[in-house]
Amino acid sequence: MEIKLTVNAQLVTVEVEANLLLSALLRDRLRLTGTHVACDTSQCGACTVLVDGASAKSCTLLAAEAAGSSVVTIEGLAADGALHPMQQAFHEQHGLQCGFCTPGMVMSAVDLVAVNPDPSEAEIRAWLKGNICRCTGYQNIVKAIRAGAAALRSA
Amino acid sequence: MYSFAYYRPASLGEARALLGQIEEASLLAGGQTLIPTLKQRLASPDAVIDLKGIGALAAIERKGEALVIGALARHAAVAASPVVREAIPALAALADGIGDPQVRNRGTLGGSIANNDPAADYPAALLGLGATVTTCERSIPADNFFTGLFATDLEPDEIVTAVSFPIPRRAAYVKFPNPASRFAIVGVFVAETAAGVRVAVTGAAPCVFRLPPAEAALARAFAPESLDGLSIAADGLNSDIHAVAAYRAHLVAVMARRAVRQALA
Repeated sequence: MEIKLTVNAQLVTVEVEANLLLSALLRDRLRLTGTHVACDTSQCGACTVLVDGASAKSCTLLAAEAAGSSVVTIEGLAADGALHPMQQAFHEQHGLQCGFCTPGMVMSAVDLVAVNPDPSEAEIRAWLKGNICRCTGYQNIVKAIRAGAAALRSA
Repeated sequence: MYSFAYYRPASLGEARALLGQIEEASLLAGGQTLIPTLKQRLASPDAVIDLKGIGALAAIERKGEALVIGALARHAAVAASPVVREAIPALAALADGIGDPQVRNRGTLGGSIANNDPAADYPAALLGLGATVTTCERSIPADNFFTGLFATDLEPDEIVTAVSFPIPRRAAYVKFPNPASRFAIVGVFVAETAAGVRVAVTGAAPCVFRLPPAEAALARAFAPESLDGLSIAADGLNSDIHAVAAYRAHLVAVMARRAVRQALA
């Protein structure tokens, strides 16, 4: 079937099978490989993207379900070559080690500050239940999200 | 995933017509259980009927002494709704504890109860509050809706449209979550309602159930101490890698006392 959706502010018309996942559409068809797939069982959050502004696991959505929606991936955050404040904060606070979970962490964090512009450390840790990092132990990820939230508030 | 046809009807009538025409069709709401199930090939429907095109099913409104929530209302919407938080804060808190934020942004009330996972949270709220499920056909009291492991009273071509929750005097839900999945190893919903005290338990057995001895004790005095000495038989409770039946039986009493304490707080 043919579906139309907006991906990173661009209108996309694409032919998909009914059983194609949104994560596969983004990575394999649109070559937006910043969205990572790790567990592929809705647990790790590496594949997190925004669908109509709300974070979702793109491995647990059919591409067809996203027809008519606006999807934002990690590639859609930076504007004119400048990192998004949340990306900049992850860079400055060293909120990553191997980096595999980072796109999902950043997209999840962007959603968090949209609903809660000044999250406490406890709120950040509670929000990150759906994002698993197996390297760092989250300390710097939490610091990065606090810094990113502060940067967004003053932006 | 096996291949299937995908439909996105624009009305309930259209969805029902499709259900009638297709031999094996799965209804898709938020997809947070269905999509993983399809991926693991635990289900292989001929067609998936996506209900998200039916806009009117996501409303949340107070109607007199009841809170009526549409089947497609997402957990995050229920958790954040000022109407829910004012009328039944325990229900908003329950929705806020399901899965993780991304699951809550997609998962729906109707999907959760139609699936009736033995460890899901919403069934405890429906049974604990004495809610009524509305389908395209009829109204079903929660006491008759949940019939067994992943089983409900729904007919194959019946679609849940809303749930009506009577507003209780006080209520609380406390669960002992699996730390990885956040599903309830045991969850207890306690409510003092116009129709009496109700206690519903999820996670412990193949299907959500009420706890008449606890209800009777709390009807005499709604206090955690009323449940002192409450003993739950382990027979028929779930045993798995997360918890054996005896441990779940113990947790039921502990979670029930905590829920009463929280309802009074």
